[in-house]
Amino acid sequence: MNATVRIQREGFDPAAEAAALTKGRADIGAVVSFTGLCRDEGGRLAALELEHYPGMAEDEIRRIARMAEERWPLLGLTVVHRYGKVLPGEEIVLVLAASAHRQAAFEAASFLMDYLKTKAPFWKREHLKDGTVGAWVEAKAEDDAATGRWARDVPA
Amino acid sequence: MRLVYFAWVRERIGRTDEEVEVPEGVATVADLVRWLKSRGEEYEYAFENEAVVRAAVDRVHAGPDRPIAGAREIAFFPPMTGG
Repeated sequence: MNATVRIQREGFDPAAEAAALTKGRADIGAVVSFTGLCRDEGGRLAALELEHYPGMAEDEIRRIARMAEERWPLLGLTVVHRYGKVLPGEEIVLVLAASAHRQAAFEAASFLMDYLKTKAPFWKREHLKDGTVGAWVEAKAEDDAATGRWARDVPA
Repeated sequence: MRLVYFAWVRERIGRTDEEVEVPEGVATVADLVRWLKSRGEEYEYAFENEAVVRAAVDRVHAGPDRPIAGAREIAFFPPMTGG
């Protein structure tokens, strides 16, 4: 299975990406789609700026995608991640996981997002409504804990 | 070797990348951090809490003990906040 991985400045259409993934396929029984959106943080935020490590970002997402493929019987996988300025309400990240049955698709999508949040080299900083550049977003311990949960899942 | 910096590590050091010749005896990522900190206060500031800063050797995540011999590009950056 060839995962589709794209890192891009432009926005994307989750529905169009899902349609492209399943087009002409009769073997797929389930597609789980996760879209991460930019929040306005209670009206405080004008934009999020995403910095990334060109080259490593794509390599790392492909590595995570291969791990998912080894773990679940996937029939299709799409990951799109934006960089640059993202406005509140716009998409930041998309994960599509396709499988014959729903459980593999749900779990693979969740696994991919946990790893993306903690391993893919992207960093966010806030741009505030008052025109100032805010702080870099701090990594959350619960995201690391969520990723760690998959490691503990491995049967002894 | 080429060093590259991202996010607040880049801002604290004040540059996106640089070419360095590391002295003999600088064998691991941790050694490299120690050597960088000796080069000026901007590096001291960037690595003031060493445990927080992450590294990648040739675009693969690397811990402090990872040898750096033969590496082409070593990156330093804060914990990732993608997704």
